Formats: sequence, structure tokens, C-alpha cells
Amino acid sequence: MPQILIRRFNRAGKSQISIFNDKNSMSGLTLENIDKNFGSVVAVCDVNLLLPDGQFVCFLGPSGCGKTTLLRLIAGLEKPSRGRILLDEEDITHIPAHKRNFGMVFQSLALFPHLTVGENVTYSLRVRKTGKTARRQRARELLDLVKLSGLIDRHISQLSGGQRQRVAMARALAIEPRLFLLDEPLSALDAKLREDMQLELRMLQQRLAVTTILVTHDQREAMTMSDLVVVMGPDNRVHQMGSPLEIYRNPADTFVADFIGTSNLLDGTCSGPRDVTVGGARLEISEMPDGMIPDTKVTVSVRPEEVHVLPGTEEGANRLHGSVSFVRDVGSSVEIYLDCNGLQIVSQSTPKGRPAVRQGDQATAVLPASACVVLRS
Amino acid sequence: MIGEKPKGLRAHLTLTYPALMLGIFFIVPFGLMAAVSFFHRQPGGFYIPGFELTNYKNLYTALFGRTLVFSLFVAGLSAAVCVSIGFPFTYFITRMKRRAQVVWLVLLMSVLSLSEVIVGFAWSLLLSRTAGLSNLFVWLGLMERAVAWYPGFMALLFGICYLAFPYTVLVLYPPLSRLDPALPEAAQTLGASPIRTFFTVVVGSLRNAIVAAFVMVFVFTLGAYLLPQILGRPRHWTLSVLITDAAIYQTNMPLSAAMAIFFMFVSLVLVALTMMIGKRKRIKTV
Amino acid sequence: MSKTLRNIFLGLVLFLLSGPLVVVSGVSLNAKKRLFFPPEGVSMRWYVELLTENSWLIPVKNSLTIAFTSSLLALSIALPLAYFLWRYRVFYARALFTLGISPFILPPVITALGFLSFWVTVGLYGQMAATIISHAIFFVTLPLVTISLGFESIDHEIVEAAETMGADSRMVFRTVIFPMVRPYMISGYAFAYVLSLNEYIVAYMVAGFTVETLPIKIFNSLRYGYTPVMASVTVVFVLLAALIFGLIGRFGDLPKLLGALNPENQ
Ligand SMILES: Nc1ncnc2c1ncn2[C@@H]1O[C@H](COP(=O)(O)OP(=O)(O)OP(=O)(O)O)[C@@H](O)[C@H]1O
Ligand SMILES: [Mg+2]
Repeated sequence: MPQILIRRFNRAGKSQISIFNDKNSMSGLTLENIDKNFGSVVAVCDVNLLLPDGQFVCFLGPSGCGKTTLLRLIAGLEKPSRGRILLDEEDITHIPAHKRNFGMVFQSLALFPHLTVGENVTYSLRVRKTGKTARRQRARELLDLVKLSGLIDRHISQLSGGQRQRVAMARALAIEPRLFLLDEPLSALDAKLREDMQLELRMLQQRLAVTTILVTHDQREAMTMSDLVVVMGPDNRVHQMGSPLEIYRNPADTFVADFIGTSNLLDGTCSGPRDVTVGGARLEISEMPDGMIPDTKVTVSVRPEEVHVLPGTEEGANRLHGSVSFVRDVGSSVEIYLDCNGLQIVSQSTPKGRPAVRQGDQATAVLPASACVVLRS
Repeated sequence: MIGEKPKGLRAHLTLTYPALMLGIFFIVPFGLMAAVSFFHRQPGGFYIPGFELTNYKNLYTALFGRTLVFSLFVAGLSAAVCVSIGFPFTYFITRMKRRAQVVWLVLLMSVLSLSEVIVGFAWSLLLSRTAGLSNLFVWLGLMERAVAWYPGFMALLFGICYLAFPYTVLVLYPPLSRLDPALPEAAQTLGASPIRTFFTVVVGSLRNAIVAAFVMVFVFTLGAYLLPQILGRPRHWTLSVLITDAAIYQTNMPLSAAMAIFFMFVSLVLVALTMMIGKRKRIKTV
Repeated sequence: MSKTLRNIFLGLVLFLLSGPLVVVSGVSLNAKKRLFFPPEGVSMRWYVELLTENSWLIPVKNSLTIAFTSSLLALSIALPLAYFLWRYRVFYARALFTLGISPFILPPVITALGFLSFWVTVGLYGQMAATIISHAIFFVTLPLVTISLGFESIDHEIVEAAETMGADSRMVFRTVIFPMVRPYMISGYAFAYVLSLNEYIVAYMVAGFTVETLPIKIFNSLRYGYTPVMASVTVVFVLLAALIFGLIGRFGDLPKLLGALNPENQ
């Protein structure tokens, strides 16, 4: 599904991001000016999002940034303090959770301990007064879907952690939900199982083509699984939304640049339409954000793997000079820490492309124009 | 849905019935009793409403004073005995396998549920000449001939402790079973013997729970009513007996109510005092 | 060394706890109308008498009726209160909860005397209804505490999960909350039932002369001449209590009901 990414800044300088599919038919979930306060605690602040159908979306951010609250607002388990929630242009803000027909997987899984696996999985059908035989039939289908065939009559206490996870997913999918919501469902699993489940979840989502929102604070999980990532910050606002690559390559601000992967964040000033001065050196920039007049304070973000290190001192644009303060070899990659007159720059390379420098050597860091992302300070 | 504020009458409807029941049948009787303690006694009937302090003045007798002191003494002593046996006992139970734990708990609950009259009867048999323990000792050659060990103070103490012991265990069970098992283990890896560990780590870290248990058991044993009559002599009768007697046999409800209120007041003060001492000690040692 | 010490200690406690019961069961088997231990001759006649003599049968029936209805009443008070407290954390519900557990903490004479003043004033002194209601209030603590434990064991997310799956609040109560607290209700009922069967002073104060319960009957026989029937009644009581608590221990989570936080069975 080809999409057009539109990114624009409104007067207040806040970015409003939305993705329309090419029919421009607004089908999907819209959050408009959503605030949520618990007493004096601000849990979610001024969120505007448009999530198109069929996508796998991740809410990513540090602990306490409001991811769970946002998901619960979408599920109808909390009422927003301000703003509207629309689904296919219908206002669902005041529709209670039990009438929304969404499927949700909770962090604690929240399986019913007094019911068997089959009864858990088809609880939503029981609520909708489906007959016993039809329910059992559907339970079988669902358990096949999550590869748990044969466990239909087990009790929840007799399942392993990974099996419970699958039961919770199957249960949320029983009525073919309009939205599939998951709140850090994988965080309790060990690393190996977690990766398996990530893959399975992604395949399941693609097979069912159900719009899915996954909350996580694990950026690797978000980057590898999703079509779209919504990054939230400690100010409980949405900082950026975009494809994982887009967010990694073009972080919207210093928080995103720092939170997603590691980044060299260098303070500087705008010195021309395509120039920034950092630590006395001139950096050419391929793409400048709009409205940058000279002398604006900016931050330049460069990913460590984009930084090349050359031995000796080499003059030229986009080059900073300094001494090697530390070399860290972790086998699969080599990190070189350069001290350039107080500015610390990290470079990462493969063992093959390892520069011929050692601790204490003079060296040059090359920051390619295309890799420098300029952010307002 | 959970943890929100109840809205409107419908939400409160759930609470109405329990509130009414507890209000009418607990608060009202309690208030009434407090009121009756100021009423005028009507010989032959129950009482005439009024306000006088006569009943409280009538408490000032040697009998009442002696009985009060004796009641508190017996309760304190048996609570001390129960807690000092019950604490290590509960500790052992909580370290057992689940199945063994359940068996012990079933036994304790069964004993706990026994009526005071049954406990009194059972102990009076156990301490009697014809069917008692002394027969066993005679048979073992430890004694010349069987004797009756009741009524008497020791018999009463045994009976009350038997009554209160399961209750003590029940009060101590939650804090002890929640005690982090790593705590005693850590002490042992540091070289403390099991007995030393028990006294330093287990007793030490649960001092508050012990004080609380003592207070609870103390109040519980204050309620002993039948045992003093079955296992003790008349001079061993407790305040509970006196209060009931005044109410039922002398039909002097105002006096009996005054005694009950005074009794409650004294026990509350003692409980508060014990708690305060417990707290002070903690601050000193910490 | 310390292990032996521990076992000796536990053995001693076991001996002291069961000693009186052993003697009583022995005495209940005496062939003659004498209280001897070990019994002289073995017979079941005292058990037969318990079930045939009206002087014993009536108290048995009274006690069973009172225990059955009063614990039901106690349950009906405790369930909505515990539910409300779990669902809405408001101070007046908490205050009511404290009120509900105080009859069990005060010396029973005081509560009993309160009931006496009340029933005399209301004019129901000496009626079985008075005993039933008094017992219900006196023992409401037990179902209240157990049912509250049951509610605490329901994670809030479980309720929310049911909601996202389409259950309205009535449905949630019927299909999730109620089935999950049911075992706790049964235990609470059983606790109240057994203790009501054994209760003396409240029953005595409220209607001791007209509604004779078993404990009252036993005490009266204790005063006015011993009979081995008392021993057989005691044995029946102990067995009944052991049976009920044994069932709770077998099918319920007794350690948890008594306040342990053990994830051992998971
Ligand atoms: N019911 C509530 N009452 C009061 N404050 C709340 C409540 N729920 C959340 N908060 C607060 O709102 C903020 C956002 O919480 P939220 O649970 O959404 O964070 P989160 O991003 O999911 O964090 P985590 O990654 O730790 O799960 C936090 O400061 C939290 O303390
Ligand atoms: Mg969260």
C-alpha cells in the first residue's frame, strides 16, 4: 500500500504528523488533542495521531511516558480529560470498553484463572451469547492459529509462560477485533522466547491484516516489528511518528535522536543555508529544516556508524580533529571514542573496516553531509 | 471500573444493606449499652431510663477491683505463655511443606472452633481423678495414686492457654509466613546457628508482630467466661463472669453495663500502652 | 540437634492439643454412666442417646438452625460490603469494614451485653430470631475477611480484560467476579457456621433460658450432673469441625485464607 508521508509544522512549531493512504479516505483511528490527567498528574498531553488501517503500530517511550494510558484511552478503559477519539470518522470517545469490539492483551495477561484455556479463548463469544458447540469450534480454530491445539481443556495454571502468552493473544482475537491492542505482552519472557513470539506476532498480524498497536519500551522490538513507530517522551507528549527507518535516519528532535539507538549530538550554530559550525569546524548539510536563519542554535545528530575515522590530521569540510580517547572492541563491531577539543564523538565500524588508530593517536572524524541531521536546540 | 469513586444512588445501594444491618444491630446495641450504664436500676425489671452515675460509683468495691486485677493478670499471663510457645511453633509450621502445613492448620482450626464449654469439659476430664492424666502417671509408676488437679489456678491457666493457643497461631501466621525465607538463610550463611538465627533474625525482625499478637491474645483471653467457672474456684472468676452474673442473675443491667464499659475502657488503655511500649523499644534498638 | 529439639517441641504441642480430645473420645465410649478413662467397656449408647433423647435433640436442632441461618445472614452482609470496598476505595466503606471486624476483637461479653440491652429494649429477648441476628453480626467478621481476601485476589486487569471482550458490569460480576470469590464465600460461611455452633455467651445472654443451644446444654449438664453424652457431643463437634476445615484444606487454599502470601502452588 503506497503511502505519502506528510510532515508539516504548525505555527506553534509542533509537528503534526499523519499518514494518509492514497485513497485519502480517512479510514483508521484518529486521536484529536487528547489529554489525560490523573488529579494533578499529567499522564498524556496533547496527542494528535492518525493511525491508518492494517498497520502494525508501536508506541515506544521510556517508563512513565504515558504509553499504557494512551492504549487504555483507545480501549475505552479510561476517559480522556480533553479531546476526541474517532474510528472511521465516528466519534467513539464516550463508547464504553465493552461496546468497542477491540481485542486487548494486558501486561499481566489477565487470563481468567477459573476457566479452562478453551473457555478463556471464547469468553467474548460467551458474552455475545454464542452457542456452546460453535464456541468450541471457534476455540479450536483460535488455538490452531496460535499453535496450541490440544490444550483446549487445560487449566491456566497448567500452562507455561509462553503458552499463556498465546492464549491471551488468541483470546483477544476471538471476535476478529477492529483493533488489536497489546500492552508490553512480551516483557516477562526470556530473550529467546521473546524473539520467537515477536516473529509470530508479526506474522499473525500480517495474516489477519488487523490494525495492531503494541506498547513497548524496548526500541529494538519497536524497530524490528512495526510499520509505524510513535515515540513518546518523558514530557508525556508524542515526539515523532514515522516508519522505523525514518525515525532512525531523521529524528525529529534531540530526545528522539538520543532515545532511538545512540547518536552523536553536537551543539552548533547555523552559519549558512547549508552550513552549520560545530566546535570551530564547518559542516556541510545535505538537507536543512525550513526556517533556519543564520546564528540559530542547533544540534547536529550523527549516528556512530555513519562517522568515519581516519588516522592523522586531514583538512577539509565536515572534518573534526581530535585524539583517540578509547577503543572498544566488542567482536562484532568496534567503537572509537574521539575527543575533539571537548566534543566527544563516537564512531562505530565493522571489524573489517576498522581504522588503523590506537588510543592516544591523533585522528580525524568525517561526518558525511548526508548523515548529519540538524535539529533545533 | 475498579478504584473509581461511587457515583449516584445506585452505586451506593450495594452498601445500604450492610450499613443498615451493622448500624441497627451493632452500633445501636452498643450505644444502648453505653446509655444503660447511666440508667436507673429497677429491681425485678430491667431498667428505667435516666441519667445517674450510681452504677459507676457502685463499681468501687473490693470484689470488682480484685476481679478486674485478676482478669487482667490471667489474661496477661496466658497471652505471654501463648505467644512464647506459639511463636516458635508458628515459625516451624510456616517452614513446613504445604501439605504438612494444611494438616496442622486443620487441627488448629478445629481446636479454635471448639466452644469454651467443650474445652472446659475436656480439660476437667483430663485433670480429673477418674479419667485424667494422673491415671497415666500412676500406670507409668510416677505417682502413688490418682488425684484431681482441678479446680485450681493452674487448671484454669492450662484451659485458657489451650483456648487461646490456636488463636495465637492464627494471628502470628500471616507475618511469619510472609517472612522472606532468604532472611534466616542469609543469617545462617553468615555463620549463625539455627537457634541463634531464630532469636536474632526471626524474633528481631518481627518484634512488632509479636507485640500485636500479644495484644490480640490478651484481649481474646479477657473474654474467657466459662473456663473460670469450670476449671477455677470462685476466687478465680473473671470480670466476664461478674458482668454476666450482674446482668442475668441479679437482673442489674445498668451495673453490668457500667462494668462492661469500664472493662472495655481499661482494656483499650492497656492495649494502647502495650503498643506504645512496643514502638518505643523499636526506636531504641534501631 | 536442633532438628530433634524442634520435633520434640512439635510433639509436645501436638500432645497438649490432642490430649483433651483423646480423653473425651475415650470417655464417650464408656459402657456405664461414669466418666472413666480408659473407658470401662466399649459402647455407642451415648451417641445413640444424643440422637434419640429429646433433651439433647432439641438443642442440636436449635444449634444447627441458628448456625445455618446466622452464617447465611452474615454472608449476605459481608458480600456487598466486601464488594463495595474492593470496587470503590472510599473512607466510609473502610470505616464500615472496621466496624464489621470489631465484634470479633472486643471481649465477647461486651458485645453480648450490647445485644442483651438491645433485644430487651426491642422486646425480642428470648426469641430465636434474636440469637440468629446476634450471631450473624457477631461472626460477620469471618466471611468479611475471607471474601475481602477473595476480592483482593482478583487483579483489576482481569476485570478490564472481560470489559474489553464485551462484558458489561453485570456480566462481569456473573461470569468473572462471582465465580472467583465463590470459594472464599464458602470458606467464610463455613468458618462462621462452625463458630456459631460453638458459641456460648451471646446465645446465653440473648436467649439462654428459652432457646437452648448445644453449648448451653453442655454447660447446664456440667453443672447439674455429668453424663457421657457430653463427651459424645464433644466428639461429634470436633469431628464436624475437622471435617469442614479438612474439606477447606483439601479443596481450598487454607494457608492463603489464613493470610499467607505464598505463590507456592503456582
Ligand atoms: N490510575 C492512575 N492514577 C494516577 N496516576 C496514574 C495512573 N495511571 C498512570 N498514572 C501516571 O501517569 C503517567 C503515565 O503512566 P503510564 O502507565 O501510561 O506509563 P507507561 O508509559 O505505560 O510506563 P511503563 O513503561 O512503566 O509501563 C505516570 O506518571 C503514572 O504515574
Ligand atoms: Mg505501561
